[in-house]
Amino acid sequence: MAKLTLIFFLSFLIFSSSIAFQSDELLVDDDEFGLEGAKPRSTDLHTSSSSSSPQQQQQTPTIRRRYSDPTDLDSKVQFTLEHAFGDSDFSPAGTFSARLKTWSHGGKTLTKLRFSRNDFSAEEKDAFKNLLKGDDFYRIRLPSNVVSPPGREFVIASVRARCLPRDGLDEHFIIHMEGANILAVSYGSPGACQYPRQLKLPAKWSFNSHTILKSSEQAPRTPIFTEEILGGENVEGEVEPPPERSFWAKYWMYLIPLGLVVMNAVTQASNMAEEPAGGQAGGAQMQPAARRR
Amino acid sequence: MAIRVFLTLLLFLSSAILSFSLYEDQAGLTDWHQRYIGKVKHAVFHTQKTGRKRVIVSTEENVVASLDLRHGEIFWRHVLGTKDAIDGVGIALGKYVITLSSEGSTLRAWNLPDGQMVWETSLHSAQHSKSLLSVPINLKVDKDYPIIVFGGGYLHAVSAIDGEVLWKKDFTAEGFEVQRVLQPPGSSIIYVLGFINFSEAVVYQIDSKSGEVVAEKSMMFPGGFSGEISSVSSDKVVVLDSTRSILVTIGFIDGDISFQKTPISDLVEDSGKAEILSALLSNMLAVKVNKRTLFVKVGGEGKLEVVDSLSDETAMSDSLPVADDQEAFASVHHEGSKIHLMVKLVNELDNVLLRETIQMDQHRGRVHKVFMNNYIRTDRSNGFRALIVMEDHSLLLLQQGAIVWSREEGLASVTDVTTAELPLGKDGVSVAKVEHTLFEWLKGHVLKLKGSLLLASPEDVVAIQELRVKSSGKNKLTRDHNGFRKLILALTRPGKLFALHTGDGRIVWSMLLKSPSNSQACERPNGISLYQWQVPHHHAMDENPSVLVVGKCGSDSSAPGVLSFVDVYTGKEISSSDIGHSVVQVMPLPFTDSTEQRLHLIADTVGHVHLYPKTSEALSIFQREFQNVYWYTVEADDGIIRGHVMKGSCSSETADEYCFTTRELWTVVFPSESEKIISTLTRKPNEVVHTQAKVNSDQDLLYKYVSRNLLFVATVSPKGAGEIGSVTPEESSLVVYLIDTITGRILHRLSHQGCQGPVHAVFSENWVVYHYFNLRAHKYEVTVVEIYDQSRAENKNVWKLILGKHNLTAPITSYSRPEVFTKSQSYFFAQSVKTIAVTSTAKGITSKQLLIGTIGDQILALDKRFVDPRRTLNPSQAEKEEGIIPLTDTLPIIPQAYITHSHKVEGLRGIVTAPSKLESTTHVFAYGVDLFYTRLAPSKTYDSLTDDFSYALLLITIVALVAAIYITWVLSEKKELSEKWR
Repeated sequence: MAKLTLIFFLSFLIFSSSIAFQSDELLVDDDEFGLEGAKPRSTDLHTSSSSSSPQQQQQTPTIRRRYSDPTDLDSKVQFTLEHAFGDSDFSPAGTFSARLKTWSHGGKTLTKLRFSRNDFSAEEKDAFKNLLKGDDFYRIRLPSNVVSPPGREFVIASVRARCLPRDGLDEHFIIHMEGANILAVSYGSPGACQYPRQLKLPAKWSFNSHTILKSSEQAPRTPIFTEEILGGENVEGEVEPPPERSFWAKYWMYLIPLGLVVMNAVTQASNMAEEPAGGQAGGAQMQPAARRR
Repeated sequence: MAIRVFLTLLLFLSSAILSFSLYEDQAGLTDWHQRYIGKVKHAVFHTQKTGRKRVIVSTEENVVASLDLRHGEIFWRHVLGTKDAIDGVGIALGKYVITLSSEGSTLRAWNLPDGQMVWETSLHSAQHSKSLLSVPINLKVDKDYPIIVFGGGYLHAVSAIDGEVLWKKDFTAEGFEVQRVLQPPGSSIIYVLGFINFSEAVVYQIDSKSGEVVAEKSMMFPGGFSGEISSVSSDKVVVLDSTRSILVTIGFIDGDISFQKTPISDLVEDSGKAEILSALLSNMLAVKVNKRTLFVKVGGEGKLEVVDSLSDETAMSDSLPVADDQEAFASVHHEGSKIHLMVKLVNELDNVLLRETIQMDQHRGRVHKVFMNNYIRTDRSNGFRALIVMEDHSLLLLQQGAIVWSREEGLASVTDVTTAELPLGKDGVSVAKVEHTLFEWLKGHVLKLKGSLLLASPEDVVAIQELRVKSSGKNKLTRDHNGFRKLILALTRPGKLFALHTGDGRIVWSMLLKSPSNSQACERPNGISLYQWQVPHHHAMDENPSVLVVGKCGSDSSAPGVLSFVDVYTGKEISSSDIGHSVVQVMPLPFTDSTEQRLHLIADTVGHVHLYPKTSEALSIFQREFQNVYWYTVEADDGIIRGHVMKGSCSSETADEYCFTTRELWTVVFPSESEKIISTLTRKPNEVVHTQAKVNSDQDLLYKYVSRNLLFVATVSPKGAGEIGSVTPEESSLVVYLIDTITGRILHRLSHQGCQGPVHAVFSENWVVYHYFNLRAHKYEVTVVEIYDQSRAENKNVWKLILGKHNLTAPITSYSRPEVFTKSQSYFFAQSVKTIAVTSTAKGITSKQLLIGTIGDQILALDKRFVDPRRTLNPSQAEKEEGIIPLTDTLPIIPQAYITHSHKVEGLRGIVTAPSKLESTTHVFAYGVDLFYTRLAPSKTYDSLTDDFSYALLLITIVALVAAIYITWVLSEKKELSEKWR
């Protein structure tokens, strides 16, 4: 029995690890989803960076240079991420840098987003610990326009501080863009945040950031059919025979009663066979009773 | 679980046969329709020599109607569009009703007896201005005097016979605004008096035949006019100057202008700002100063003299010529619960022709308007009747000291609707009654049996029909087993709450909202919205249910709010309070206290949130959930949506412990140059979702993402916010969002290029259906978005379910990263839409229907299966079995699917659905100018027998069967016995 549960447990370990793996996959999925219908071609970019990976940061510019189109009017933009602990004022927490692509039709899109996160200072660590204790909100904000920050208004997002700590501090940004404007930012932990939230201090005080840029998805065109197609479909329906089903699938409703009848007959037959003997026995029993009377 | 889900799905899909229609004899069984006209603005009496007496009215709901003076019924009625406000009504040539609408740019003539349109003329209009209609009063039909219309800077003369424009004069350049047009009878010269920039009075003499200006006179008035004008005779008008302290008499006899100033202080001692009342009295003027109404007589040389004064609660009618060149007018004033109607002669105010006192319902408020009409009594003396408009917009006819009829016109402007249960019926019914009903019951069923066996004679058919209408005591004032009898609570714009019975639509009770403090500033608050305050079920069963009416003093957004708690059973106000802060948003919380009072949060303009009810118990309940209370605000003008969370008590600023401060959690900022919010929508908070999952044809499970915190937002490009077709497809795009209101995450974002609003949407369970215009295809489109939860998709494994390793019972938190995916599909829809709603049932098992209020003011029921995103061109056999309809590009409009059948809900504004106790059935209430109610069974009544089910036939069958069993038993016994004796 113990062995069996162990096997189950192991299998669930595998399952749960596969869940974790899948959620990573999903990020890419989201990414592609956005790519598919994006208006001015792909603007979705998935960066996974941490503050302690300088070589990765160096790599990207080389790629950019290789791919950059000389006719594009590209410019580099930078905008800061600011954070606040509970009700405190906002202070800089990191920098996003990206390239602003200007398309021939006047549209602007951000590409090649990079993010560098500042590490928490000692006071910030204390403030964050206080947030964890009070189950309070850790708030971030971004300018609503990346070309002329802060734009009209800041885009704010918040998360319960207890959702962030895992091994380190895991955070996940989805930045919704419209041209050079930031509409909204979804901020939180990359996975689930169990409720009730447990107080847990992070082992490492370094951020592990994931960022996704999303632009709007184009609605699929309403299908337009002509009469012909509809007619054709009907013809097709006539031509194409319904898939042949198995004998059992077709006739189960007849077979079951038939089976019942047969079974009934069999039991009847066996009873009939027994009955003469039973009848005699009955008669034998009856007689003593009659005698008693 | 999955099996159960599958079985239920199978059950209701198999029962969902495509049939919404009803038979002719079923019309009116469960539905009712009430016709209204709205608050009356103008009334023109018409006394035809032959036929019945009628009055022509035009209303604030843009209705022109002809009413029967004897009974108040509508002879005919026309509802003009919402932008087609009526400016004036008149009767021309004794047979046409003339209406001027749309700021003086549309002139129409309607045939008086039947209301058919005779002609329509659209007049040229260049600018916004006051509009004026002058219909000549002549009894000679042969001579065609033109109708003079001023509007949009132009003066038009229109022939009354065919609506042809005879001539027009352009006054746009001078900025001339016509104030009065006088057509002296018997002369072809008309006098047109107007002001230029309210500082110069100009009189034109115009030949009415040709439109030529015969003479023109102008005179500057240094002080300037205020614009209020009263014409006292054929050659004199009285105006107020811009300081509202001097009355100016303008005489323009023979085209010469003369001014005569009379300061108000000369007339009364305690002078203040004056106001000219609009009543038209001959040689007399009604002025309102310091809450008193002064009657000022205008002498021959423009000399003014006060002849009478009344309290300001007096309403007056225009004067009316009675016999011997005398004019009379009516005035109505209140005294306690009575109103006094007086008809006086204008020249001799002491001579009261008529004095009547009528008992008036307190819940009608004050008299707003009086229209007077005279008639000849049987003793050949003058009789008077008055049509009065009350504060609650009701219309009453007073004659011979009694209310002849009344119309509750407040119901034409319903603003919010909710439903309530009726009280439970009393036990213990007398035996005689039972016997009587038993006999009736049997008789009814014998009749029904005859009907179903096609044996019924025509009289029987009539009797059956009558029986059906009367049957099942649908008009009783007690709760029934199926929940078919309910109260519909409707809040109207004048602040009156009505309770309507679902059985026949009669008014059970009504109540006019009062200001609790009786302050001067807020005499009558207007109603904003209606909430379920107390719905007793588990504990506190003895309490009566009550509703919360939120009102506001004045139209300003920062105006203080008023709360009123109304007992639903009795219609009495339990309590009311002046809350002392403004009302921006009212949020019912999902918590109730021990007496089942629901906790509500009210947000004000300052950003504070107030908790109601103000009890310590409510406070302790709220404190427990303090951390988990979030709310959001939509700033549609700025294009920002903000999320908030509770922060703490605002005791630092005020001593109020029920007041809380909040802080901003998230913002969504739409770029102002490309997006403008036009529609936001959430799910109904009381909606019930039965199945959390959907079974695919390939035995796969899809978990619905059912969240109460989803907000649907639709934005268009600012250019595309105007009328349909005002932009090119390239300039306009429509973007829709699904936003989680706790964290501000955008869960779904979809843009429709080349599309335009207005967007009408409905949000239910995990789907949104929205309607908009596609500029590229030149068609309306309907798109459905369904949102599914991926995080629970792993729970398909049976082993996990058995071992309890699933996360179905784990609390769902918005802070987890949502793993959702959406499916969407667009369809063309051939009609323009006014509103969309969805049916709701008690347990949410019954399949849903969309209720689409079409542009023709009818309601179309469309099965949700037609707007399924999973429809494909060639559904497989399995999909067909599941009930997926083959994909078409257009949604079908089946004529039988109009639930309003032959009725029209004129001016349709909203549709409300409420569940009945019977799972299959839902109440549908539609309001606009008209009201319509029906009961709907989207999947047919699978859980009850129909009304025409023949119980008698069933009984006879059972009796016959029992008899047959008995006989055969006896026979077999006999046979057995004889067998044994052999």
